[in-house]
Amino acid sequence: MELTGAEIIIRCLQEEQVEYAFGYPGGAVLFIYDELFKQDKVKHVLVRHEQAAVHAADGYARSSDKVGVAIVTSGPGLTNAVTGIATAYMDSIPMVIISGQVPTYAIGEDAFQEVDAVGITRPCVKHNFLVKDPKDIASTIKKAFYLAKTGRPGPVLVDIPKDVSNQKAHFEYPASVSIRSYNPPGKADSTQIRHAAQMLLEAKRPMIYAGGGVVQGDASLQLIELVRLLGAPCTNTLMGLGGFPASDNQFVGMLGMHGTYEANMAMQNCDVLLAVGARFDDRVIGNVAHFAEVPRKIIHIDIDPSSIAKRVKVDLPIVADLKLALGELLDVLKSSKQKPEAAELASWWKQVNEWRAKGGGMRYKNSTEVIKPQYVIETLHKITGGDAFITSDVGQHQMWAAQYYKFNKPRRWINSGGLGTMGFGLPAAMGVQLINPGETVACVTGEGSIQMNIQELSTCKQFNLPIKVLALNNRYLGMVRQWQEFFHGNRYSQSYMDALPDFVKLAEAYGHVGMLIENPADVEPAIKEAFARKNDLVFMDFRTDSTENVFPMVPGGKGLSEVILAEDL
Amino acid sequence: MRHIISLLMENEAGALSRVAGLFSARGYNIESLTVAPTEDPTMSRMTIVTSGSDAVIEQINKQLNKLVDVVAVMDLSEGEHLERELMLVKIKAKGEDRDELKRMTDIFRGRIIDVSNETYTIELTGAGSKLDNFLEAIGRELILETVRTGASGIGRGDRILKL
Repeated sequence: MELTGAEIIIRCLQEEQVEYAFGYPGGAVLFIYDELFKQDKVKHVLVRHEQAAVHAADGYARSSDKVGVAIVTSGPGLTNAVTGIATAYMDSIPMVIISGQVPTYAIGEDAFQEVDAVGITRPCVKHNFLVKDPKDIASTIKKAFYLAKTGRPGPVLVDIPKDVSNQKAHFEYPASVSIRSYNPPGKADSTQIRHAAQMLLEAKRPMIYAGGGVVQGDASLQLIELVRLLGAPCTNTLMGLGGFPASDNQFVGMLGMHGTYEANMAMQNCDVLLAVGARFDDRVIGNVAHFAEVPRKIIHIDIDPSSIAKRVKVDLPIVADLKLALGELLDVLKSSKQKPEAAELASWWKQVNEWRAKGGGMRYKNSTEVIKPQYVIETLHKITGGDAFITSDVGQHQMWAAQYYKFNKPRRWINSGGLGTMGFGLPAAMGVQLINPGETVACVTGEGSIQMNIQELSTCKQFNLPIKVLALNNRYLGMVRQWQEFFHGNRYSQSYMDALPDFVKLAEAYGHVGMLIENPADVEPAIKEAFARKNDLVFMDFRTDSTENVFPMVPGGKGLSEVILAEDL
Repeated sequence: MRHIISLLMENEAGALSRVAGLFSARGYNIESLTVAPTEDPTMSRMTIVTSGSDAVIEQINKQLNKLVDVVAVMDLSEGEHLERELMLVKIKAKGEDRDELKRMTDIFRGRIIDVSNETYTIELTGAGSKLDNFLEAIGRELILETVRTGASGIGRGDRILKL
């Protein structure tokens, strides 16, 4: 069957069961949009900026087990998408981006809206392709989806010149794909798994540190069973929240720069550390040399060998699919006659609980005068029963959401952890809401971040997305302000936002409901009212304490035990 | 420490820039890099000479393996291997110097491949240090131009990098 390149692209997306594609039309993708128009299997969501298309596809992928799809035109369409692509790359999110390119005969001539898409995106994609012949489109898109979702997931870009999308070729979607140079890991090595089990059983102060790999790898159930079986404390990274239930007594909270005192102290002082789908990054363990001062054995299970032994020395590296590896580890532990040493564990928990008492998990001093941002998040948690999908932008509000919204399920916490992209929250929430219709979706943001993609309120109107936006408006770029207070002598250089818009009017102008909340007493009624409006997008402008800081804090370059607690100041 | 890393990769547009881009993005050294297609025209063989601590070299190997276009990676310096580099050097060769330079070329097992009234162009292969020694023996004042390929490496005996 001979089809045009554009028809082939749409047929491929249908074959991949793509329900929604997020994008923005333009010259180089006109043939593709023409074919989108002629069918209704793949629904297209028209965003207002290409960055938002990619973030929406990202939220769609993070909150489901699907591959997100974005379509952008050449030149500025592609460059606008780059921030979204880099965001997905840093957090290992499966995504396929289809970008238009100028016609093959014009490539390299500085044609109108030409940019070297493959070159520009190379450092921030798992892989990319330029398709120069329509007969290669189907196999390339098949490969793109396969690469995006297998192994360590990531974004894959397929760049298609305009003439290729208009030329005809025979279409047959490949049933399977194999790439000789690409073999994603599967099961773990059984000897290493037995060795790991032995180390964990002999541990006096075991600790489990689980990251985003558990969420992306759908290994949460295995992790929970393992933690319970071992009786060890468990911490999650920012990306791993929800991978282990926050309400479980064995959960010691998030670790890292703004993690709990007990999580960081347990991480620093354990004797056997099991790292699962995490990468010991700078925001997690702080100063590497300080971390290495305390001797401990490290078992590291990850699907990506390059994540192992990158920043810390690892005693037992295990490269495998997490779900399979944890399953194998569970099998070995369950069949072993040896059990974790109860007396040792009890004395370890005594120590952990002392740290808990000192750090107190998360705490802040509430006020009846001014709205504390932490109180807004606690109330959000209470009203939504801890069951909502929460997206966030980047900054203080992101940390408070991570600290005070107790995530009990994976894929509910959607934030840009690696790249730290302001403007992520609202468009990501669009993707989350579309793939989870009927579910409660809230975007926790700040007055700075929300303005980086606020135009998407228009998309939300067009597609009737009843997202609840909670803007913690403290009139400052709060995290910048916090660092300037701590490390730059209170010189608040360019972190005060003058001339903020009236967000209530702005929300109304886009056809939504706006609410201004200025008193602590109004927080709970307002959130209740907003969430009762099931069919409306409600924009809540909370005027919060502009001097509030995020605690605990391990300053950049310091060690995990060199933490600043709220009461230290 | 100096390492010589050999890799097989898909002979596709952009594959070389993926490798070169990886080295610059992650701040790894490249002393030299050579690449050409193999007997199987779908694959290219690349030799990279780099240096770094053991941890850095381990990361380089892992990051190279992670590139989708890279089929296989071998750190040749982990075992016995051979390495050769080709150099073309053009030197001033006038009057009495001509005999002496010819002799020197013979001693280093080089070949004069082009002659003019005032120059010799010499082809020389060997390990990098041998090429360095030759240049030193000739002396800078006589050297007009040097072109070096960078090292190509291969394992000894049955150390084979093949798909």
